[in-house]
Amino acid sequence: MRVAVEDDQSKPEEAATAVTKLINQNHVVAMLGEVSSSRSLAAAPICQANNVPMISPSSTNPRVTQVGDYIFRVCFTDPFQAEVGARIAWEILKVKKVAILSDVRNDYSVGLQTFFRQHFKGFGGEIVAEQSYSEGDSDFRAQLTQIKSANPEAIYVPGYYTEVATIARQARELGISVPLIGGDGWDSPRLWEIGGEALNGCYFSNHYSVDDPSPAVQKFVSDYKKRYNQTPDALAALGYDAARILSDAMKRAGTTRGDKVRDALLGTKDFQGVTGTITINKERNAVKPAVVLKIENGKFNYMTTVKPTGT
Amino acid sequence: MTTFLQQLVNGLSLGSIYALIALGYTMVYGVLRLINFAHGDVYMLGAYVGYFLSRRLRGAEPSLPRALVVMLGAMLACALVGIIIERFAYRPVRRAARLTLLITAIGVSLFIENAAQLVFGPDPKFFPSLAPRADFHVGGVRLTSEQLTVIAVSFLLMVLLRFFILKTRTGKAMRAVSFNLDAAKLMGISTDKIIAITFALGSALAAAAGVLIGMQIPKIDPLMGILYGLKAFVAAVLGGIGNVPGAVIGGLLIGTSEVMVVGYLSSTFRDAIAFGILILVLLLRPQGILGRAQKEKV
Amino acid sequence: MKGFVLAIVFVAVLFLGNAFLTGGLVPGFSVSPYFLQVVSLAGINIILAVSLNLINGFTGQFSIGHAGFMAIGAYVSAYVTAAFGDRIRGAVGMLPPAFQNSVLLLIALGIAAACAAVAGFLVGVPSLRLRGDYLAIVTLGFGEIIRVFILNIDAVGGARGFSGIPRLANFAWIYLFAGATILVVSRIVRSSFGRTLVAIREDEIAAEAMGVNTTRAKVISFVVSSAMAGVAGGLFAHYLMYVHTNSFTFIKSFEIIIMIVIGGLGSITGSVLGAVLYIVLTEGLRQFAQYRMVLFSLLLIVIMIVRPQGILGHRELRSFFARRRRVEPVPPPVAG
Repeated sequence: MRVAVEDDQSKPEEAATAVTKLINQNHVVAMLGEVSSSRSLAAAPICQANNVPMISPSSTNPRVTQVGDYIFRVCFTDPFQAEVGARIAWEILKVKKVAILSDVRNDYSVGLQTFFRQHFKGFGGEIVAEQSYSEGDSDFRAQLTQIKSANPEAIYVPGYYTEVATIARQARELGISVPLIGGDGWDSPRLWEIGGEALNGCYFSNHYSVDDPSPAVQKFVSDYKKRYNQTPDALAALGYDAARILSDAMKRAGTTRGDKVRDALLGTKDFQGVTGTITINKERNAVKPAVVLKIENGKFNYMTTVKPTGT
Repeated sequence: MTTFLQQLVNGLSLGSIYALIALGYTMVYGVLRLINFAHGDVYMLGAYVGYFLSRRLRGAEPSLPRALVVMLGAMLACALVGIIIERFAYRPVRRAARLTLLITAIGVSLFIENAAQLVFGPDPKFFPSLAPRADFHVGGVRLTSEQLTVIAVSFLLMVLLRFFILKTRTGKAMRAVSFNLDAAKLMGISTDKIIAITFALGSALAAAAGVLIGMQIPKIDPLMGILYGLKAFVAAVLGGIGNVPGAVIGGLLIGTSEVMVVGYLSSTFRDAIAFGILILVLLLRPQGILGRAQKEKV
Repeated sequence: MKGFVLAIVFVAVLFLGNAFLTGGLVPGFSVSPYFLQVVSLAGINIILAVSLNLINGFTGQFSIGHAGFMAIGAYVSAYVTAAFGDRIRGAVGMLPPAFQNSVLLLIALGIAAACAAVAGFLVGVPSLRLRGDYLAIVTLGFGEIIRVFILNIDAVGGARGFSGIPRLANFAWIYLFAGATILVVSRIVRSSFGRTLVAIREDEIAAEAMGVNTTRAKVISFVVSSAMAGVAGGLFAHYLMYVHTNSFTFIKSFEIIIMIVIGGLGSITGSVLGAVLYIVLTEGLRQFAQYRMVLFSLLLIVIMIVRPQGILGHRELRSFFARRRRVEPVPPPVAG
């Protein structure tokens, strides 16, 4: 198998051009990517129109796979991840009043915010404040000051690590000591580098944990360290699973023809991936568990695994 | 009420940063009638120089002398950058149409931003702690030492600048150039030198703002100068462009209104508010709060 | 009459060309869709560059908000096809499906142009009283405000972007409108109104003294330019099938400015050349993506210093066709 790579500079329109190029110049038979949901949404219609199966490793927005029957994902979706977040607050932290601080320019963050609110209220909790920021912002004091005045017992921050770490620091400076809760966007060794002690006692949901004792995870982590000399993050693990599920489907299909590979992908059941046992459902989404991690002195400690309730 | 006061403190510390950057815009506009688009990027460079300097000085505990060294180093480096920009990009087109000057400025700005992404990497960097920190409580309002430093240093620099412009010979020459470049030249003022000094001073102030923002935010990235620069420019226009106290008032107003809008309305309007203010000012009082109206000469 | 025949031939050639390129004419022959996409996006850039040149180059009013009007066109037209597409198709149900789509696209683009024009009017009337750099900053501000505004409308996807737009535009449509843009702008420029615009560019106070209603002329030129940007946005949306506000930041406006500055402010062929050059360099330097913008910005500074009028300067201004024949096929080298 050969891999062709194109860079889309994180721009939606570049993603569309890059995918068109890959399909027509490189004649790729399947697409692994994009990472973010908004760029996957730009790329998906092109893969769909060309009958090229596309597997996104980490686009968690529900609409990505709704583009068409050639679009798959190997990560869980935002509604499930938000439910995990709500359960962290309700079941692990046992709090009733939560504030939300989300990134309005980011589809991922807005999605998590909406579903978290829904689930947490469903449990009987109360959302005492909702504030927003925009990707790239660096000053969150105004929002945090408002949140502080609402006296929440925890703050849900469904964003990416650079902003989250900065938010944590500024929150502590303003005298907010309650734990923050987040999702897989937190996952990066840099989170602690930037945020430091401000993050102690915070929780987030993730695709996998390097501390997960399961042999599949441990083997992946040690192989990856040997090859790249660094600890794999969730994106690495998901990319690995996406590629393996694709090659598994191609093997079962016995061909690289788009429609056959698609049918084989749909037949993926109880696949033993690094990020858990993966089954692809009718909506082409991965049904799989999430792990809950607690941040303690620079380490993301594995707390528990949350399994999906439905299918 | 406590929340409101806290927001006011947040606003003033943000506004001080805008004010420091706005001074550079105002001074350069005064002498060249140019919106120096690259000024925001000089501020970014200041933050990066500060970052690398403080990494160099690692080992030492956070201390005031260390913070001072970082600040002065960044100011010096950026003063040099300002002189280089003026010498190699603006001086060759100074006599050309104003549009040419403006496009050159846009080009310089794009160049610094993209070169910075290449050299520093597009990922944000995070300032280490520079000075020892402490928090103060005043009736429920929390003042961090970073916020106090920002406000204090900004005001100190602005007072020094005001003194420089009003009381020194060079400052006087600067005002003459700003009033009429050709006449100043005829009076024997070395205009090239004065313009270079103006760029150096403005850039040094921007660098100070960069280091201060690094101390309190503490995130810096190669594109941070774009929005801060634009908003600082709006502050300069709001206060009355070419007017030093005006830039300070404009900066504080923009910072405070931005924080209030984010806190009490929605963060989505954060960037729209500055531009909204700009449009209102230009329509209602184009000369700004402290500026004097000037009729275009034929 | 001759013009009409020429127009018919132009349209026929475009659509036949499109069929030919996509493999619908000669079985077994087609060009790569990647190539076709790059060429089509170049066409959209041509519309943007030529229309911006009307205001920046010919009228001399420096606007940096073009991406905002493009965004309005993109979102409005996408909303029209998404919300009323079936009803419009139904209303012209007697036509064959391909024509139904053409009608739908034309209606969507028409509404997009109208909305962008209205926005251009609303932005232009207050801000065109300002001059030079102030105007630049205000248009930049308005461009950003438009973007923030769209970002807050949930009906068009907000932060998620607008997806599920049908692919109604293609190579032929894009170049049809690119051709129309070039035609309209060159007509305007050669008309007496065009001379008014150039007079404003050369000396606004003198123009006013000669009895020109400068504000009115500037606003008209701004509105026309905005409407064209709206059409470009509509084609962009219906070509890529997905739009996101991140595609319309002031960086996009800067890109269009780079195109017209490289080509020559006040030169239509220059704008076309600049737009094509820009996309050729962008795609050609794909492997060196991170150096690309450094190069463009340096190019911008160097051009301003050594040849501020751009590659073609005002060259084709007085006699477009005569000059072009003499200049082509080799554009004059950049003077050192």
